[in-house]
Amino acid sequence: MPDAPPSQPAFLTLSGISKRYAGVRALEGVDFACERGKIHAVLGENGAGKSTLIKIIAGVVQPDTGTMRLGGSDVSFATPSAANAAGVVCIFQELSLMPDLSVADNISIASPPRRFGLIDARAQRRRAEQLLAEIGCEDVNPLMRMRDLPLSRRQVVEIAKALGKKPQLLILDEATSALTSADVEKVYAMLARLKAEGVAILYISHRMHEVEALADRASVFRNGRHIETFDKGRRSTADIVQLMIGRDIAAQYPRKPARGSPKPVLAIDHLSWDKRLDRISLRIGAGEIVGLGGLDGQGQKSLLLALFGVLRGVSGQVTVEGREVRPGSPAAAKSVGIALVPEDRKTEGLMLPMSIADNLVIASLDAISRGPLVDRAREADAIKRAIARLQIKIGAPGDAVATLSGGNQQKVVLAKWLMTNPRIILLNDPTRGIDVGTKQELYRLMRELADQGAAILFYSTDYDELIGCCDRVAIMYDGRIVRELQGDELTETNIIASALNIDAATPGAVGAAHA
Amino acid sequence: MLDDIAIRIRQNIGLVTAVLLFSILYLLYNLAHPKGFSSAVLVQNGDEIFALAMLAMAQTVPVLASGLDLSVGAVMTMVGCFASYLLTGVAGGTPLHLEIFGLHVGLGTFPGGVGGILLGIVVCLATGALAGFVNGCVVVYGRIQPIIATLATGAIYIGIALFLRPTPGGKIDEDLNWALTNSLGDFAATLHIFDDGAASWFAPVAWIPVPFVLLVLIALLVWVPFRRSVLGRAVYAVGSAEGAAYMSGLPIERAKIAAFTLAGFFAGCGGLFLAIQTSSGNADIPQAGAYTLNSIASVVIGGTSLLGGTGSAIGSIFGAMVLRVISFFFRIFDIAPLLQPLFEGLILLAAVSIGALGVLRVKNTLELFR
Repeated sequence: MPDAPPSQPAFLTLSGISKRYAGVRALEGVDFACERGKIHAVLGENGAGKSTLIKIIAGVVQPDTGTMRLGGSDVSFATPSAANAAGVVCIFQELSLMPDLSVADNISIASPPRRFGLIDARAQRRRAEQLLAEIGCEDVNPLMRMRDLPLSRRQVVEIAKALGKKPQLLILDEATSALTSADVEKVYAMLARLKAEGVAILYISHRMHEVEALADRASVFRNGRHIETFDKGRRSTADIVQLMIGRDIAAQYPRKPARGSPKPVLAIDHLSWDKRLDRISLRIGAGEIVGLGGLDGQGQKSLLLALFGVLRGVSGQVTVEGREVRPGSPAAAKSVGIALVPEDRKTEGLMLPMSIADNLVIASLDAISRGPLVDRAREADAIKRAIARLQIKIGAPGDAVATLSGGNQQKVVLAKWLMTNPRIILLNDPTRGIDVGTKQELYRLMRELADQGAAILFYSTDYDELIGCCDRVAIMYDGRIVRELQGDELTETNIIASALNIDAATPGAVGAAHA
Repeated sequence: MLDDIAIRIRQNIGLVTAVLLFSILYLLYNLAHPKGFSSAVLVQNGDEIFALAMLAMAQTVPVLASGLDLSVGAVMTMVGCFASYLLTGVAGGTPLHLEIFGLHVGLGTFPGGVGGILLGIVVCLATGALAGFVNGCVVVYGRIQPIIATLATGAIYIGIALFLRPTPGGKIDEDLNWALTNSLGDFAATLHIFDDGAASWFAPVAWIPVPFVLLVLIALLVWVPFRRSVLGRAVYAVGSAEGAAYMSGLPIERAKIAAFTLAGFFAGCGGLFLAIQTSSGNADIPQAGAYTLNSIASVVIGGTSLLGGTGSAIGSIFGAMVLRVISFFFRIFDIAPLLQPLFEGLILLAAVSIGALGVLRVKNTLELFR
């Protein structure tokens, strides 16, 4: 690939960096460099390896192979604090703040100002005020506890905390995702100042217009590989999207049956919640698989939780087979025929120490009980049928579910819900961390369930999967559904364009990049 | 400025509630008491409150780091048994010996007199801190959950106490007992300072009970500096979000060990005072258990979250005082002592319910289970 020639010696250089997690490739032979006084954007789809790259630079994880040079000498960071000491500071997507401590405490947590060996509360407060003023957010009171601040202010504090460490290399990982547009402007001004002072800045963002406005240079990653690095203005947005998609061999998906317009099983109208869901309207018919697409964290998970009765203060209307429902708890959602395969199967999906059998029947105990007692014969029969239907590979039903592989665990979660005979199945990224073979079994099963009349709402971070499995895909951005794609429109280019909200045709697109 | 005060009150609502609750209850108590608002009543109350207040402080520190310490009562009892040998104050010193499997092992003579008493106090407090340090090491290096680790070590400490004092006994210097369990005036008179406590400038403070003075001194000289140290901050951080504390490069292991060591020290202070107050050592197992459970109740009433991260030892002191004042009430109203646990339970429930009101504001119910 023709990389842009460096205009000055690189500040940070990575050579041949590889990293695997439990055999899954996250980064493969990555060479990468960035310079002082430059804002360098890192681009790529979900799972392209950006996060792993940052974690390696920031000392959170160690690479399997490869070397890292910083300012002319070899370095390897065993911990985040070692990286901090070398001037490498990262603002992570998952906030690293302590909710019960005050803003001032959090900003100075690693090295508070001291007097007579004790923390000088006043100096610490002044320092917090100063740093917050540097970003232009004087409205945050340093006495407040983090837990009492809204997400956007917490992110401001996270940035102030990073600034306080006097970074030489500052990494922002989606650091502006929760900020208001006024705050984003302030952060831009701060970044421009740091850049002028010669700080090297790595900027990870899914917002293309941000990247176009800010970055001097950009690198595209795909499937754990560094694809290309280019200077500002050398590539069009369309080129960048193409680079991000690449040409990978698609997995095998079950054939989609041609269908008319089925009557809706689930109808959602103007569903809103806590500024994170904004007037969502969506219809899913019997036998339909509808995908939820978009970048991570645009409200897809909240939508599933809202439908499953987990969230409080949801407004709008949800109709199941013509009857308006308002589930106030997962138990209530279950009773109207809704099932959810949750985000984290280890904590929300399964009771890991309990047996496979117990986990399978836990949601449908009513159906196999006589009065207060579980009918052991019916239970054993139901378990046998579920294991056979989903082809779950197990030793004995009495084994702890924790002994199963990730794919088989996910099958147990799904089987548990199938035993309740749901009419609506909500899936939250069910194939994450699962091997290809099991993935295909899950795809086949989804189609089978749809053919039997279920309505399926399927959130996935894998665009390929959405295209292969879904009859229709609703793309979310910033809590709204910005576009529904179906038939020929259902292409990776369209999905990414809508997900980045750079499609000029999208009604109400915020900050469309090529105005 | 007013904003800041409002924020501080809101953040310390548990402490404020405990202080108000105590103030109201104690005012009512003194109004109802025939000799209310007198130094004598205050002295008696101070003696009854001190040990539990120390144990409440002890319990607070591990709880802030989100771990319970079930051994505080045991440490208190063990230190009390040590004190009953070391604080005799006999002029010629006290000969110490061990008897193991029928073998007599002489340990020499522990010095007597004022010097001996001071040394004895230091040894007792060091013993408490050491016991806490051991707890901390078991938790951190043994990677055992605090609740079970301290259940085990607590049994060991009780065992040592029983070994030292199979039956209640021993002796504490009488002057020491008198000086520490009465008013400042009596303290001065015993030590022959300030004209035996009769100096005119001393009169305005002579009525203050010594245990209250000790309590304030320990809080100011030990707790406040700890809270403002980096290690103390790390204890709060560990209880708030251990992962974030690690990512911020805080010394989380040292913080946990420090938390348990400080707990041992505070529990030792309580044991020392209890021994001085009763002039004996007593390996009383039910008493150790009751003190441990009451220390947890005090912590909760004082506004410290059992999940860790928020609260303070000062709040726990008031929590302990609230618990004790309730029992004072039973005395003056002559209510059957058997009813006392029932009322204590109701008060505890009411106090804890205030703290649970925040649950109503949660918008994502899944967060309740994290």
